[in-house]
Amino acid sequence: MTNMFTNTSLLRKSRAAAELRFRWFGRIAIGISLAFLFIMVGSIINKGKSVLISSDIAIIIDLGPNQVDPNNINQTGFDALIKRSLRATFPEITSRSDKKKLYGLLSADMGFELQKQIIANPNLLGISQKLWFTASDDVDLLLKGSVDLTTQEGDRRISNLEINWIAKLKKSGNTRSHFNKKFFMNGDSREPELAGILSALVGSILTLSVCFFVSFPIAILAAIYLEEFAPKNKISSFIEVNINNLAAVPSIVFGLLGLALLLNVFGLPRSTPLVGGLVLSLMTLPTIIIAARASLRSVPPSIREAALGMGASPIQATFHHVVPLALPGILTGTIVGMAQALGETAPLLMIGMVAFIADVPSSIIEPATALPVQIFLWADASERAFLEKTSAAIMVLLVFLILMNLLAILLRKKFEKRF
Amino acid sequence: MEIKTDAINSLKLNKNTPIIQAKNVDVFYGYKQALDNISLDIPENKVTSLIGPSGCGKSTFLRCINRMNDLVSICRVTGEIKIFNQDIYAQEVDVVALRANVGMVFQKPNPFPKSIYENVAYGPKIHRLSSNKSDMDELVEWSLRKAGLWEEVKDRLNEVATGLSGGQQQRLCIARAIAVKPRVILMDEPCSALDPIATAIIEELIDELRNNFSIIIVTHSMQQAARVSQRTAFFHMGNLVESGKTKNIFTSPKDERTQNYITGRIG
Repeated sequence: MTNMFTNTSLLRKSRAAAELRFRWFGRIAIGISLAFLFIMVGSIINKGKSVLISSDIAIIIDLGPNQVDPNNINQTGFDALIKRSLRATFPEITSRSDKKKLYGLLSADMGFELQKQIIANPNLLGISQKLWFTASDDVDLLLKGSVDLTTQEGDRRISNLEINWIAKLKKSGNTRSHFNKKFFMNGDSREPELAGILSALVGSILTLSVCFFVSFPIAILAAIYLEEFAPKNKISSFIEVNINNLAAVPSIVFGLLGLALLLNVFGLPRSTPLVGGLVLSLMTLPTIIIAARASLRSVPPSIREAALGMGASPIQATFHHVVPLALPGILTGTIVGMAQALGETAPLLMIGMVAFIADVPSSIIEPATALPVQIFLWADASERAFLEKTSAAIMVLLVFLILMNLLAILLRKKFEKRF
Repeated sequence: MEIKTDAINSLKLNKNTPIIQAKNVDVFYGYKQALDNISLDIPENKVTSLIGPSGCGKSTFLRCINRMNDLVSICRVTGEIKIFNQDIYAQEVDVVALRANVGMVFQKPNPFPKSIYENVAYGPKIHRLSSNKSDMDELVEWSLRKAGLWEEVKDRLNEVATGLSGGQQQRLCIARAIAVKPRVILMDEPCSALDPIATAIIEELIDELRNNFSIIIVTHSMQQAARVSQRTAFFHMGNLVESGKTKNIFTSPKDERTQNYITGRIG
């Protein structure tokens, strides 16, 4: 007699095979998506990490009284002074074009840097000093080993002659690399070695603040009213359908709306975080409303009944009991909406936040740019060194996003209550 | 006319006047009639149980008494329900004040996810029943004692109420309801989610509470109705079939349907 529980029929085999197959399909799917993620993040980090390091070159500069007048520092021709010193370091260079190349080893900002160093420390004056200057972007790439020296000379932006000079400077200890503070402290610049993320970062923060303070209260009030107080009839379901549709509208359309309405009709200042934030809040509004309604709906009706049965008025029941319970979901939805807004580029292009902004904006009505737009601008720039800047800016954006999501998780943990 | 907690507490009825008088009450959910011409008097300081098979309308009737049916948009109530001789469906009635005087305990224990203390103090707080902290402490203790829960929770009043057992949660809900000092307490199958021991405790509690409150309890268990109530009303398919002293209903029912239900032939 065969045991009834050890069935070895074909049916059992095919059932087991189907299960195994499905498990493997699932694992492969997860593997593929993880691989994509790793490749993306890996390549960005790989390209962008060199931004964290920047290179300096030291030259000896004669700061004697016949070169710099101690009583009238700002009248000095600092650029010319540095150029003289560079020529003195490499006396063998005579041709005009070579001299030009020699000056190009340092950043275009070198005169300004020298002036700043002297003003910060007037004791430097009087004698010859060895001073450090930011290297130009191509030299910086060379020193960081990002230049492929096996290529033809004509295919590189840096010639063999310059490579030899740098080698000489390096040998004599006149080059150094250090943490790139400038990338985090500067605004945008035409010179890659000076360009920084700060103005875009501050622009993004200002824009998101406007977006938050406009969309959060409106969305929360709308969601609470629709979910808890509005009569359930044709009008409210019509509104609900339209809010859902609004969430699916392409963002560039909101940008056009902002351009037509906010800039042209209301005459708000162009390229500012104020307008950017207003346009982005149009986008985040439906997202927050939908998330908030969903989390209000997930509060068990027994809580409402309990409060109303005690004689609480509808508004007391809502704000004392329902909203606190829905708060974690509402906050998570809000931060997800904000994170979307943070990455949004298209509507900002439409309202002119794509301009070249070197200064860090200090208010919401000053021209500014935003992180994704800065990435777009740098990705479009021709200098080789902007490539690593682009990747680094993407990293900053991703870190920002991760921090926001972390905040969402923390808030949810803090306010979550069991019932 | 406004039903005020203080005002109603001073109201005294003649010994034989019922606290609640329902006259010709019809309830519709959309086009479906849930209650058909119900007239029922409910005496003061007694336990009245509403029994009947599922869907007979007993819970619907219970929810008419504190107008919880208002929350169901398709629900329509006609007829007259008087509490203390005041029509509670009159235009000028304040539902909040009504519910403060007609408390409710639900089928599933539904404490707020807050501390035990806050659960009990919530009603007095929104109705401004106590002016200071020590008054409130006293009121919370009184309510918890009345609900037979004080000894079990006095050392952990600040712990979250949802950590209590099911039976304790239900007694907390009773404490929460009586903290507002209502005159009537409605109980919608309060023991259906509880085990027999917790049920026995609640039944004892109901028996004690009737000295201070008029209680109306909906129950599926005929034994429970027989144990806790002095009066019973039997509902069947939206009709009030029979009502009277519990003893009489269970020993000598007049209607055949009542007879069939209590002997277990229908329902």
